[in-house]
Amino acid sequence: MADTEQPELPHEPQSRHVTYCGVCTLPPEYCEYGGTVKKCQDWLQKAHPSMYEKIWSAEALEAATASLSVEAQKRAAKDAQKKAAQAEKAEQKQADRMANSVVTIKRVERNKRKYVTAVSGLEAFGLDLKKVAKEFGKKFATGSSVTKVPSGGEEIVVQGDVSDEIEEFLLEKYKDIPEDNIELVDDKKKKASAG
Amino acid sequence: MFKKDISTAPKSKLKSSVQRALRQSLLTTYPLLNNYIDEILPKKGSLEAMKLPDRCTLYVLDGQPLFFQNDATPSNTLLPHLKLVHRFPDAFPSIRIDRGAIRFVLSGATLMAPGLTSPGGRLPSGVLTAPPAEGEEGAVKEGLDEDERWTRELEKGEPVVVRAEGKTEACAVGFLVAGTKEVKEKGKGPVIEDAHYLGDGLWRLATD
Ligand SMILES: [Zn+2]
Repeated sequence: MADTEQPELPHEPQSRHVTYCGVCTLPPEYCEYGGTVKKCQDWLQKAHPSMYEKIWSAEALEAATASLSVEAQKRAAKDAQKKAAQAEKAEQKQADRMANSVVTIKRVERNKRKYVTAVSGLEAFGLDLKKVAKEFGKKFATGSSVTKVPSGGEEIVVQGDVSDEIEEFLLEKYKDIPEDNIELVDDKKKKASAG
Repeated sequence: MFKKDISTAPKSKLKSSVQRALRQSLLTTYPLLNNYIDEILPKKGSLEAMKLPDRCTLYVLDGQPLFFQNDATPSNTLLPHLKLVHRFPDAFPSIRIDRGAIRFVLSGATLMAPGLTSPGGRLPSGVLTAPPAEGEEGAVKEGLDEDERWTRELEKGEPVVVRAEGKTEACAVGFLVAGTKEVKEKGKGPVIEDAHYLGDGLWRLATD
């Protein structure tokens, strides 16, 4: 019976592949609603020049506004302005926050010659601690996890003394963190030297 | 539905019996998916579920979001994530809003009838009164006609995709709170509340 069975024909995949904006994540034709229009345009022009032409050419823009009443056009323009201003403000706020934030990489002696490295402050740079902890673990082939600190926040604790490696890794991978904002600390256990 | 940001939650693998049930439920709600279902949910694929706030569940395959559902609603009907709609646009019944309504929909506002009844909007033609019998030759197919109108009138409570004047990709998906025939007759009132739209929390949620 087996040889009368039809071999399953390989189906041509039907799934469309849609390009999404590298800045605001929407389909580029919707970038105008995202509040980061200028950045989106720069990105699209570089990444997909032909798509940029299609969406932002003078004719396309004219066709886009022709169907709106003058009133609606005015309202839309005002709305877009407000959105852009908001986005700019938020961006500025985030930039300030990052400029004033410090990532602390602390070498902590757990036992004699046993160290862990505690990294705190990454969240101010918009990083997902869990994700970064996983990356550390992979990169340094060691245990790495997110733990709560008594002050209420969270930090990443990596097994072993990898302070320098972590600094290097962060500077390499997360360019948003300025070198001056990384602080290396050595937390030596007070030697019980009495006796 | 997802106006606020959602944070990523752990994903859990689904038993194959659950995967089969979901597949069936999808085909019942979206018969036009029949042509694509093996591509969307490969037999050997491993579908995962992510719990979202407000008793919603998102279904993810290989890091790609596919469907979600709200367990708090009685019907519990599956809705496609917009990224899935973009991949298979003709598998889901749709209506079209005019250009002026886009920014309201993308800010999470309720979609109102005038955005659909205006010259830029498109409501179904309704030439198809019932889904055509299988194999019926020459009959009007369910889908978009040349004027970008869905051929079948859509009922209150049905899931529907929202396209937009001048745009290729869909911008929202949700349930009709009014049937499309009624929308045409009345010309006012809410049509879709609480949609999933481009740029909302679900759209921005990291699923990989
Ligand atoms: Zn964009």
